[in-house]
Amino acid sequence: MFCKKSTLVKSLLSFAILFASVSATFAQDAAEGETLFKNNCAACHNTSDEVLVGPGLKGVSERRPIEWIVKWVHNPQAVIASGDKYANDLYNKFNKAAMTPYPNFTEPQIKSIIAYIDAANVAPAAPAAGAAPAAGTAAPAAQSSGGMLEVLLVGLLIIMVIVLIALLSIVSTLSKITTAGEGSIEAPLLQRLAENAKALAANSAVKTGILVLALLLGGKATIDAAYGVGIHQGYAPEQPIKFSHKLHAGQYQINCNYCHTGVYAGKGANVPSANICMNCHNAIKRESPEIQKIYNAIENNEPIQWVRVHNLPDLAYFNHSQHTNVGGLECKNCHGEIEKMEVVEQRSSLTMGWCIDCHRETDVNSKGNAYYDKLVEVHNKDSKTPLKVQNIGGLECSKCHY
Amino acid sequence: MENSNKRYWKGIEELTNEPSFVKNIHNEFGNMPSENDAKGEALVDGSGTHRRDFLKMLGFGVAAVSLAACEAPVKNTIPYLNKPEDVEPTIANWYASTYTDGGDYASILVKTREGRPIKIEGNTLSSVSKGALSGRAHASVLSLYDNEKLKGPQAAGKATDWKQLDAEFTAKLAAVAAKGGQIRIVSNTLLSPTTKKVIADFAAKYPTTQHISYDANPAYGLSAAHAGIIPSIDFSKAKTIVSVGADFLGSWIAPSEFSSQWAVTRRVSSEKGGKKDMSRHYQFETIMSMTGANADYRATYKPSQEGLVAVALYNAVAKLTGAAGIAGAAVKVEHLDKAAKDLVASKGASIIVAGSNDPEVQKIVAATNALVGAYGSTLNTAIPMNYRQGNDMAMANFIKEAGAGKIGAVIFYNANPVYNHPMGAALATALPKVEVSLATNERADETASLCQFIAPDSHFLESWNDAEPKAGFYSLTQPTISTIFKTRQAQSSFLTWAGLSGDFAAYLESNWENNILKGGKVAWNNALHNGVFEPNAGTVSASSPSVDINAAAAAIAKAYSATSTGLEITVYEKVGLGTGSQANNPWLQEFPEPVSKACWDNYAAISQPTATELKLKQGDLVKVSAKGYEVTLPILVQPGQAQGTIAIAIGYGRTKAGKSADGVGVNAYPFISEINGACVGTCTQGVSVTSTGETKDIAQTQTHQTVMARQAVVQETVLAEFAKNPLAGSYKPRVKTSEGEKDATDLSLWNGHEYNNHAWGMVIDLNTCTGCSACVISCSAENNVPVVGRQEVINRREMHWMRIDRYYSSDAEVEDLKGLEIASDNPEVVFQPMLCQHCNNAPCETVCPVLATTHSTEGLNQMTYNRCIGTRYCANNCPYKVRRFNWFRYFQTDDFDFHFNNDLGRMVINPDVTVRSRGVMEKCSMCVQRIQEGKLTAKKEKRRPVDGEIQVACAQSCPTNAITFGDMNDPASEISKLLLVEQEGRAYHVIEEINVKPNISYLKKVRNKDAKKA
Repeated sequence: MFCKKSTLVKSLLSFAILFASVSATFAQDAAEGETLFKNNCAACHNTSDEVLVGPGLKGVSERRPIEWIVKWVHNPQAVIASGDKYANDLYNKFNKAAMTPYPNFTEPQIKSIIAYIDAANVAPAAPAAGAAPAAGTAAPAAQSSGGMLEVLLVGLLIIMVIVLIALLSIVSTLSKITTAGEGSIEAPLLQRLAENAKALAANSAVKTGILVLALLLGGKATIDAAYGVGIHQGYAPEQPIKFSHKLHAGQYQINCNYCHTGVYAGKGANVPSANICMNCHNAIKRESPEIQKIYNAIENNEPIQWVRVHNLPDLAYFNHSQHTNVGGLECKNCHGEIEKMEVVEQRSSLTMGWCIDCHRETDVNSKGNAYYDKLVEVHNKDSKTPLKVQNIGGLECSKCHY
Repeated sequence: MENSNKRYWKGIEELTNEPSFVKNIHNEFGNMPSENDAKGEALVDGSGTHRRDFLKMLGFGVAAVSLAACEAPVKNTIPYLNKPEDVEPTIANWYASTYTDGGDYASILVKTREGRPIKIEGNTLSSVSKGALSGRAHASVLSLYDNEKLKGPQAAGKATDWKQLDAEFTAKLAAVAAKGGQIRIVSNTLLSPTTKKVIADFAAKYPTTQHISYDANPAYGLSAAHAGIIPSIDFSKAKTIVSVGADFLGSWIAPSEFSSQWAVTRRVSSEKGGKKDMSRHYQFETIMSMTGANADYRATYKPSQEGLVAVALYNAVAKLTGAAGIAGAAVKVEHLDKAAKDLVASKGASIIVAGSNDPEVQKIVAATNALVGAYGSTLNTAIPMNYRQGNDMAMANFIKEAGAGKIGAVIFYNANPVYNHPMGAALATALPKVEVSLATNERADETASLCQFIAPDSHFLESWNDAEPKAGFYSLTQPTISTIFKTRQAQSSFLTWAGLSGDFAAYLESNWENNILKGGKVAWNNALHNGVFEPNAGTVSASSPSVDINAAAAAIAKAYSATSTGLEITVYEKVGLGTGSQANNPWLQEFPEPVSKACWDNYAAISQPTATELKLKQGDLVKVSAKGYEVTLPILVQPGQAQGTIAIAIGYGRTKAGKSADGVGVNAYPFISEINGACVGTCTQGVSVTSTGETKDIAQTQTHQTVMARQAVVQETVLAEFAKNPLAGSYKPRVKTSEGEKDATDLSLWNGHEYNNHAWGMVIDLNTCTGCSACVISCSAENNVPVVGRQEVINRREMHWMRIDRYYSSDAEVEDLKGLEIASDNPEVVFQPMLCQHCNNAPCETVCPVLATTHSTEGLNQMTYNRCIGTRYCANNCPYKVRRFNWFRYFQTDDFDFHFNNDLGRMVINPDVTVRSRGVMEKCSMCVQRIQEGKLTAKKEKRRPVDGEIQVACAQSCPTNAITFGDMNDPASEISKLLLVEQEGRAYHVIEEINVKPNISYLKKVRNKDAKKA
């Protein structure tokens, strides 16, 4: 099951990219086509001329007439059976592995896929990055606050060193004056330093100062450590199968929703079941030892025990669809650039403070959603700033804790 | 007190200010454990911790935390290997199915999460059950996860496998059949037409087979009076309802269905020109039943007079209609003539129901019904109800035959007659004489454990089945989970033993397609989707059964007496536990009985004058004996019960049902007597009660959580006055200020809240709330409310988020202070569901030191468990006493052995609701998880939520729709419309004078009584 709304942001993005070169209606087709392609075709076909499982589709609209393509997509076996030469050649070329039929695709949908393929070849697929929704600022903000603290500490340290030097110079000047009065010879520098150090060590104010400083630093370290309990930012456990998001999501650009089927629909995004892997891997890279593990799991009827990377406590209710589907957030807002990760790691802290920060700063994705119409209207009456999540109760306890 | 001319009280201890009551009134959560320690009854508790233990715990805690900080435990996430297409983890699936337990029926929707059923709700597509569910149907989902059920088939008490059992059993069966030995299948009422066909197939293979059905609480008399059928009953058409001992709202035949019909006639509106008439309900009975508690006029009789009451009512009606009277000794029952007058006045819209199982009594009642024109309107013989098909005579005959060694083989098909039949003991001794015996019961219960083979049936949520609750109204059961244990559904077993294919799913489908739907796969899929198929919608027959009333009257004269002076026992079914088939269900055991408010026990209920006469008081342990059977029970003083009677509930005293049921209460079935060939739940001869000198506490919640001395809690009036003025009996609190007298609600310290989005609220109609408490179980199931057990209930620590307060009211005048102290013999009763009122000026919110309870922008009073540190200030400050405190970790501790201490039992937990830990407060959240889910669905579809789309568990489960939940900001919502109409009528807030501005409103109770003569 896939949801058209879910890829709204992505669609808009491709819209923007394509707008310069092609007409608006055409781009809209291509946007729909992109969703359809990524959800259904990308597992076996490339938009370039590179062969994946099936042939690369670059220039397919020139190779074959549209009527033929529609027939083929609806029922490839029927076309082969009809004795069509091109179809039979293709069938034989790919070791008699027939394409999955898609009888539910309408002709305009198929055309939109072709439009997408053509567009992708005109303007080489730009990385989907660049969309910077307001929520994206949350994570950097958290990081910068940590940075500020460090700058502050270093600054304090420098000031303290300067004060120390100033004090030392005052002490040495004073001692110079006193010794000068007695008329004795100036002691060598090292001896003087040692004496000064001794005097300094004997000074109770200095002792207290050091103690207080040590206590403060120790206290801060303890508090930091305590705050860190249960936070696993950067946690990147080894998985039973060396699955690479970099390859699947990055290089092949398979839509997240293709495997994580719940991400736009439900509370959990869901770790894909083995049968989803088999959609492609019943043909691709069968011999790989990692993929053999999936075969073994299926043959022995033993589910794969993936290691959970993102662990929210049971007391916090989080629903993916609220954020992706309704809020229109990108996966990477919270999960980071998964498409660049060989091994998935937890990028965000997933603390309540992190959630709240985002709810404070994020505008409600209210456009075109009748649920929010009245709320926006009421909000705009006495406010000039856009409606934030916190304005509609996004900071309330029972939004996440029940 | 100022709000009304009545005084309300919850228990006699409150009325008489007993020391125990006075001591506890300000002690919401009971005593500190030290006091119970002395009795050896308390469980471990924090306040008993010693200094050294504390230091040990502290040390361990520090070590544990530092260890935990080093490395977090690795958690796995395990997806499906091959995900079914229609299962999406974290998204609930709903399946239409059917709940049947013996003759109890409800068309249901089952909510499953990740393939496990977690909640049952009513299916509104069924015109039979109309979405109404009993507490037992709600609780049945927990019985699915009962770890004490059999895990596989057994032979001679040892585990075996199905193949072997089939081989051994069929061999023995064939041997019996070859000899021409008699084979019997004994079951409770079977509602399933396809199962009956399976049994017929089995009988075709073994021709000496006879199917005998009986019911633990039978209605054989009723069907015997109607030539073998029970006419369908429709209370919704009645203007006058007279019940002679039938607890039709609580336990008689199909109470949920009857409740929804009854409620139709009881709903009134304050709107100008709105509905201002309601049915008048008379109840004549022995015990104070839930139905009696809801009646307008109520009077009592002794069980030995029951038949004569029916005769007297017939004669009174006959006199008014001009029919000939019948002979019968006169009995004096209050309101009987008035009832007869009303019955005749509303001829054609009247109904008389009788709870007695005596066929002769039912014949008289049928004749009375014919006189008042009930047949063709409130009673319909054209569409019989199939709920109770038991034949008492056949069953008694079977037990006698078995005792005489005339039975070759017996199969108990989910029947437990050794426990729940009055002749159970005789059957237990007879069973060894039967050559081959097998039970399909789910556990090795009292009957199954005496059988050679046990072939455990699957739970109904794991099975295919169908039902025909009324002729022509069909309903399907589909499995919502694969079998948890190695059980096999009994129909498959019967088919296998009959040498046919054991695939009952295919058998069911083909039977439906060929004989019921008379259509193909599409019709089948439709029926499966809807859960019901109702081709027979509207035939009505006005024909009444022909009965020989004079013969019946003669039989009654022999069996009953107008002037009995001795003690009498009456045996009744409780609303919660029922006949005891689900006794090992902790939710049902902890269900406070609507009238007595007692749980975890049965007891000998007697009236106050009888108690005084016998020199007994509440909690005294007595020996009750009759018919050579003796039980030891605590006394419970029950206002409103007939003098000289002892009422004992069935369903208790199980010995082989499981940890929650065994040893709880005593078995009352043996007290049931045979009258005119049927099992009648009374014992009128040779009853004796002797005190043992000991006492036993009854876990009774009635005076827990009192609202202190505040009195403006219940409001009521009578219909005659309400019709004149909707505000009659209403109380608007006024306060004196420096600027003169003002409404209490006009003064406030607070600024109030502004709700831009939603404003959730609830309206509870006291007029249609019957007190059935189905909502209590539904709430527990939805919100993971823990079970605490008998002792903790006695310690006043029950956890139910929703309680049904039951108030008695004295009939003495309010000025008569002396009279008010005497418990009334026949008090009026009010049921009031009490839950968090979600106050807008919430007293709890202002006292929480850690802001764990706060107000939401949608009007909810939020409770944040992870923030709570357990000071209990909020509970102290709650005027409604609806907050509950987790004294223990109820979900993982073996001290609380109520299914939640094992992985199987915990499968019923709703994953969307936090399981609360020890030391935190909790309370009704107004099912915020459902609100959030409903809002999210609407947002995804880019629209506002539609009224009715979001339902809270209690409102959803109410058979009478007494609870209306919705968005008060939405002018189109039902609740907004209702409040608009009732604002200047019946709507009020409980304890309005303290002006906490609750989001829950109540609608004043209206009794259909004559106005008091001024």
